[in-house]
Amino acid sequence: MTEKMTGAQALVRALEQVGVDTVFGIPGGAILPAYDPLYDSTKVRHVLVRHEQGAGHAAEGYAQATGRVGVCMATSGPGATNLVTPIADAYMDSVPIVAITGQVASPLIGTDAFQEADISGITMPITKHNFLVTNADDIPRTIAEAFHVASTGRPGPVLVDISKDALQATTTFSWPPVMQLPGYRPVTRPHSKQIREAARLMTEAKRPVFYVGGGVHKARASAELLELAELTGIPVVTTLMARGTFPDSHPQHMGMPGMHGSVAAVGALQRSDLLIALGTRFDDRVTGELSSFAPNAKVIHADIDPAEISKNRHADVPIVGDCREVIGDLITAVRAEQADGRKGDYTEWWRILNGYKETYPLGYEEFADGSLAPQYVIERLSALVGPEAIYTAGVGQHQMWAAQFIKYEHPGTFINSGGAGTMGFSVPAAMGAKMGCPDKVVWAIDGDGCFQMTNQELATCAIEGVPIKVAVINNGNLGMVRQWQTLFYDERYSNTDLQRVKRIPDFVKLAEAYGCVGLRCERPEDVDETIRKAMEINDVPVVVDFVVHQDAMVWPMVAAGTSNDDIKYARDMAPNWEGGE
Amino acid sequence: MSRHTLSVLVENKPGVLARVAALFSRRGFNIDSLAVGPTEHDDISRMTIVVNVEDLPLEQVTKQLNKLVNVIKIVELDNSQSVQRELMLIKVRTDSESRSHVLELVNLFRARCVDVAPDAVTIEVTGTTDKLEAFVRVLEPYGIKELVQSGMVAIGRGARSITDRSLRALDRSA
Repeated sequence: MTEKMTGAQALVRALEQVGVDTVFGIPGGAILPAYDPLYDSTKVRHVLVRHEQGAGHAAEGYAQATGRVGVCMATSGPGATNLVTPIADAYMDSVPIVAITGQVASPLIGTDAFQEADISGITMPITKHNFLVTNADDIPRTIAEAFHVASTGRPGPVLVDISKDALQATTTFSWPPVMQLPGYRPVTRPHSKQIREAARLMTEAKRPVFYVGGGVHKARASAELLELAELTGIPVVTTLMARGTFPDSHPQHMGMPGMHGSVAAVGALQRSDLLIALGTRFDDRVTGELSSFAPNAKVIHADIDPAEISKNRHADVPIVGDCREVIGDLITAVRAEQADGRKGDYTEWWRILNGYKETYPLGYEEFADGSLAPQYVIERLSALVGPEAIYTAGVGQHQMWAAQFIKYEHPGTFINSGGAGTMGFSVPAAMGAKMGCPDKVVWAIDGDGCFQMTNQELATCAIEGVPIKVAVINNGNLGMVRQWQTLFYDERYSNTDLQRVKRIPDFVKLAEAYGCVGLRCERPEDVDETIRKAMEINDVPVVVDFVVHQDAMVWPMVAAGTSNDDIKYARDMAPNWEGGE
Repeated sequence: MSRHTLSVLVENKPGVLARVAALFSRRGFNIDSLAVGPTEHDDISRMTIVVNVEDLPLEQVTKQLNKLVNVIKIVELDNSQSVQRELMLIKVRTDSESRSHVLELVNLFRARCVDVAPDAVTIEVTGTTDKLEAFVRVLEPYGIKELVQSGMVAIGRGARSITDRSLRALDRSA
């Protein structure tokens, strides 16, 4: 199949060939040639967003909800630089997206031309790889390579910057192109010797824990994880990026570890003698002070990215491979151990862990004045909306509460900004998730600070017919920053109060202005009714302004830079670790 | 800290040097010396990078380098199992009286005189870092007007080639 066409037509054809059905973007000067053939494409739907950052996060939401590569498109200069935040976000959370940007015509590159920015240079440290294309002949191959690199190995963002003259030039299109990536060979098959060693350690350990990260769901390995967990009887903790990868309702689930993790999950890691770390990277928000993290544990660390292994914590058994293959092989190896009469005995360990679970369940404070506790809102959302929905979150207190109080049963149902901590993530991510999974109910749980960063995409949702639901947990403050000011800055609330004058903006009016339904809820007794009302509206987006008390805090908490051992389950309340032992 | 010599085979494409250099600076590693040039294969360039790090950070930087899509292969060259050379050009102040002393040193160090002016000579010398440092020390009393030095290049001893297998990978993908 060889055909004469322009570079722009070749781009659109290549996108169709790799299976793209949705592109989020905004046109502009340098990318304009690409938008002409895009107008005719029957396979690719272009969604005109209101800000390029929204396009990037929508692509991330789409990618995480579907497992396919998300695509965003922008013009040169400021269009491209507005994608920097979502690209950085996707890099930190290993989300497969391809960003396509227009670049000024190649003779103008380097001359400080109008709307010129060196976007491949700018995004070098925040992309898995990027390309600058100045020859129309290279467009199809580069698109094939970009999608391959983004979606294989450890997934991540790839940027393709295409000069305007390359889009306008004539080329011959043929498919499939031959990829030229001699330096790109991700290892997916784990080493059998390491697998056997891991199985042996698991059998011998007295206090093992599965420390499960986002990589397990990215490898589509939740079913295998469940099988391995039940086969061994080993407890499981799921990180922020892994919520839902193992069912919350499962008796072996200990909760989320980390700065705002459950006492049971944090205690399980700290008291463990063997961490089986799967698709996770020992992030500082999980480990707390690294030197005192799980001090008596040996470490089995499986990840598809060799650079993650022993980066922060030495791995006694390093396993490089795709988590699905790793877990599958571990199941076989553990079965072999068990067939030989070697089975781990964790009875004493479970006695201790069940003690933690019973003594320190998740809880929160209610307010005597009858105002709303944010945790209650989220707890009721979980109860009424259920585990089949997709939840997205921004960054801050509401995100942590969404991680703690929604009961996740399925992988990929909690989409949030973990590594980068990007405020404003949830609304555009919800839009992308809903477009990728139109049959799913999608709730964006947002804070009032986050919501004001990207709520312009409500217009996109209303116009394009994307009926997401937004729960704004409105405490009138940059809540998490305020919490730190309460705890560490003598209650000096420097620049965290967002509404000195009440209700600016009025989120109900704002929702209506965007063609959405706006609801407000201020009392606990109205919560269920409001959520039900929101659930009944499925033709337009709904925004619910949950006006909550500003003094609610996220607990438990491990203060930044301190040891996990010093976790507090409420202010000045430390668990008694020895009590259970 | 100890010195390590990395031979890095990369695709001969624009921007690859920037990617490698940016990776070192972002991850907080200092490059002691860097040399880049073509190889016997048109599509492959070779970088010789000398870094001064502990073993553990070295492992991390090697893994991070390997993640760069344009990096084809990384080999750490052991000092005793490889030939390592740097090139230096030195402009030394001389007059009719001192010139013969300087030229004697040039011969002793198997260096070469590449330019002569009435009040200076320019000398080309290659060797290991130690040799070049020693040469500079003996020339210092005469007055060094200008000095320029290349990064180190290095190659493994024996018949084996580190490009062979990488070339096969390259052919397979083409």
